[in-house]
Amino acid sequence: MKKTILMVCLLLGLAVSLGADSTVLLNAAGATFPYPIYSKWFSVYHDNHPDAQINYQSIGSGGGIQQLKAGTVDFGASDMPLNDQLLGQFSFKIIQFPTVLGAVVPTYNIPGVSAELKFTPQALADIFLGKVTKWNDAEIAGSNPGVQLPANDIVVIHRSDGSGTTFVWTDYLSKVSQDWKDKVGSNTSVNWPVGLGGKGNEGVSGLVQQTPNSIGYVELIYAIQNKMGYGLVQNSAGKFIKASLASVSEAASGAAEKMKSDIRISITNAPGATTYPICSFTYLLIPEKISDAAKRDAIKNFLHWMLTDGQGMVEALNYGRLPKAVVAIEMTHLSEIQ
Amino acid sequence: MSRVRLIWRKSLNAFMLSLTGVAAFFVVSILFLILGCLIYKGASSLNWDFFTKLPAPVGEARGGMANAIVGSLKLLFLAALFGLPAGLIAGAYLAEFGGRTFSFIVRYTTDLLNGVPSIIMGVFVWALIVAPMKGFSTLAGGVALGIMVIPITVRSTEEFLRSVPGSLREGAMALGASKWRTIATVVLPAAKGGIITGMLLALARVAGETAPLLFTAFGNQFWSPGWKQPIASLPVMIFEYALSAYEDWHRQAWAAGLVLLGLVLLANVGTRLALSRGRAARGV
Amino acid sequence: MGSDASAVERAPSPWAARSLLRRLATGDEVAHLVTLIFAASIIVITSLLVYQLWITSAPSRTEFGWKFWITRTWDPVFEHFGALPFIYGTILTSAIALIIALPLGLAAAVFLAELAPRKLSDTTAFLIDLLAAVPSVIYGLLGIFLVVPLMRTVIGPAIQRAFGFLPIFSGPNFGVGFLTAGIVLAIMVVPFIISVSREVLLTVPRDQREAALALGATRWESTWKVVVPWARTGIMGSVFLALARAVGETMAVTMVIGNSPRVAASLFAPGYTIAAVLANEFNEAFGTIYRSSLIELGLVLFLITFILNGLARLLILAAERGGGHAS
Repeated sequence: MKKTILMVCLLLGLAVSLGADSTVLLNAAGATFPYPIYSKWFSVYHDNHPDAQINYQSIGSGGGIQQLKAGTVDFGASDMPLNDQLLGQFSFKIIQFPTVLGAVVPTYNIPGVSAELKFTPQALADIFLGKVTKWNDAEIAGSNPGVQLPANDIVVIHRSDGSGTTFVWTDYLSKVSQDWKDKVGSNTSVNWPVGLGGKGNEGVSGLVQQTPNSIGYVELIYAIQNKMGYGLVQNSAGKFIKASLASVSEAASGAAEKMKSDIRISITNAPGATTYPICSFTYLLIPEKISDAAKRDAIKNFLHWMLTDGQGMVEALNYGRLPKAVVAIEMTHLSEIQ
Repeated sequence: MSRVRLIWRKSLNAFMLSLTGVAAFFVVSILFLILGCLIYKGASSLNWDFFTKLPAPVGEARGGMANAIVGSLKLLFLAALFGLPAGLIAGAYLAEFGGRTFSFIVRYTTDLLNGVPSIIMGVFVWALIVAPMKGFSTLAGGVALGIMVIPITVRSTEEFLRSVPGSLREGAMALGASKWRTIATVVLPAAKGGIITGMLLALARVAGETAPLLFTAFGNQFWSPGWKQPIASLPVMIFEYALSAYEDWHRQAWAAGLVLLGLVLLANVGTRLALSRGRAARGV
Repeated sequence: MGSDASAVERAPSPWAARSLLRRLATGDEVAHLVTLIFAASIIVITSLLVYQLWITSAPSRTEFGWKFWITRTWDPVFEHFGALPFIYGTILTSAIALIIALPLGLAAAVFLAELAPRKLSDTTAFLIDLLAAVPSVIYGLLGIFLVVPLMRTVIGPAIQRAFGFLPIFSGPNFGVGFLTAGIVLAIMVVPFIISVSREVLLTVPRDQREAALALGATRWESTWKVVVPWARTGIMGSVFLALARAVGETMAVTMVIGNSPRVAASLFAPGYTIAAVLANEFNEAFGTIYRSSLIELGLVLFLITFILNGLARLLILAAERGGGHAS
């Protein structure tokens, strides 16, 4: 009996130890926000090119950057563009490739209120700063005539884990509120003046759903997937916009010009009558020099595919596709990978 | 003894004993609650696909966790290989050979090691193995889990070796056996039950650990050949899926939790059966 | 020669009095060496770990110095980091967890070891061992879906009605907070206490119980005054295991504690623990000082565990001095 168990185990062990040798195995790590579309892309790409296997793990933007720096992964992904100071910490050059667009929306739970609320930038900043503490405050009521807002205390819910979503949200608030910029600033993780922290989009939405009179922020795809109600935000042209794929793409279309000189750009509070103000790109971080020829070709082929066929898949998963002008810019950068 | 005092003692007796029963019942009902939740939410996703297919991208129903199941098994195998013998032998040292101060230091350090947050353990093994190797691997994951297995194993080995009565040892000595021989053939078998419980407890605990694996074994969408590639595991999959936006992934996360528990259950049952059969064979 | 002190410390050893040559000849010295090496390796591993933590936390240690321990802010943007809210949260939640889990676990272990029929006891213990394998994330999810609403709608208001005037029960109750985290932790560590305590209680020799009963003690008295004290060190050992798990627990805690780095008196207030903030922020942390501060928090946790363990051991020593059997 014992002998047979041993044999079975050994055989199993051998079986799982043997692997295909001709496949190119690529490992990548980084942002959680684009994980659904990346997992789709890598899977479809593998189906089309069985000799290339790209293993992506969403351990977080910071994690991706760390692992790329240490050389334990072949490329990384980040929701935040890397500034020069961060780039300087690398011992090799990185090219940043925007891949998709995403948005962050305010979601709330007020007993008795089922209408879609409109928020001005000032209102959002003041709520999250703790300056506006009640739902029937003039700043909120002013944009929502006709809605009966209760005199209850607002419970603010924010992300407890570092994330690109927080980065986008705080980047926007820093642009629209000097107070926010001075007191809190923008980063994947900040010192929140008020509120409870939930882990992940799930954590925030869970807390919002469970806590009466609460407000939080989640990624658009999350809100859509879970059929959550979310509010409208006033853009720089003064219009209240509900986040949608169209309004998100609008935000990126004007960015192409500026991206010619520097591909890293913040598109929060972008100009335009129909743009949604809280959006951003997410980036793949590719080393400029890749010594392994097989890996280099695989990555370049993938990027090319991603910019062409791959873009056709993003809207089904509620991501915004890259504007054509931006794709053109990235194609030129593709040749820089050696 | 006055009657009043006797009645008091008797009622206290009845009261306290029933309290212990209540406590046990309470804990067991929590267990059943957890199991019930897992089964209710996860059982519906347990189909043939789950056990045989690789993870599919979001939104596609045909995915499974076959590689994660095998991955967890491989990692636990390594953890047992690295951690259990080390813990056993170290525990034997503390119980049988140790000098006073050195043993104290070892015990203290073992407790410290046990309290290290699993994420720090992951970072430690990352710096030790992953960074120099320039890659994540099953091996690194096994080492991280193996280190975590040691403290519980050491503690229970020491405790149960100590509990073996001196008469057994003296009997062996009287028959001319050397110390190490006595320990190996008389004391250890006598303490077997408690020690194995400790080992299983240790393995059960690391079976569910996520944080150390994120930095060592990393994760893998595909099958992992050999021992030097990143590998998927059930806890990491649960972590990814449970905190995602997708209902289908949530259900798979619960199912994975159920499977994980099932694996631990099987290991427990298997070991106990082997133990009791051994006992029966020896007529104990 | 085996002195009396070491005879109490170590298992009774009839071999100590042999000559060195005899011991070498029988291979015992080799066995001693081998086991010593393994025991020493634990110290080596732990030292390596502490060394690594020390080195990687150097930037923030030089930046903040001792003030790190008493600063309340945690600001990644302006790079002001302080450990106080996390230290507070870690100690508070672990204390709550142990206060709940120890009596509960010990009582259940006593029931299983002393009162329940052997088969029932074995099956139940076996099932309880399974609880140790449930991943932290699952406990977290159950915490969010079951414990948090319960705390917000039932338990919290009940406590506040009766004891709301006390500062530890004051303030608004969101469902998440120190108390909820403590409860979830208690559920997570109770299997360790039950499992190990039960096994240890089972090793208490029969004649001890019987002697007490023969002297006229009730079942409870014999259990509480004779059996449990006999198993004292083993039970304390299980408490160490439980404590270690409680302070190092990440996922489950972060999902139910509210993740607010604040020092608040009320148990209903949201808080934060060292392990939770590590789990939340480590993956995404950019920047040298930021990462270094997180690692320094790990070092702080190590020190706290060191001190807590020391205190607990002093307690055991005091208890042993007061009489009773060590093993």
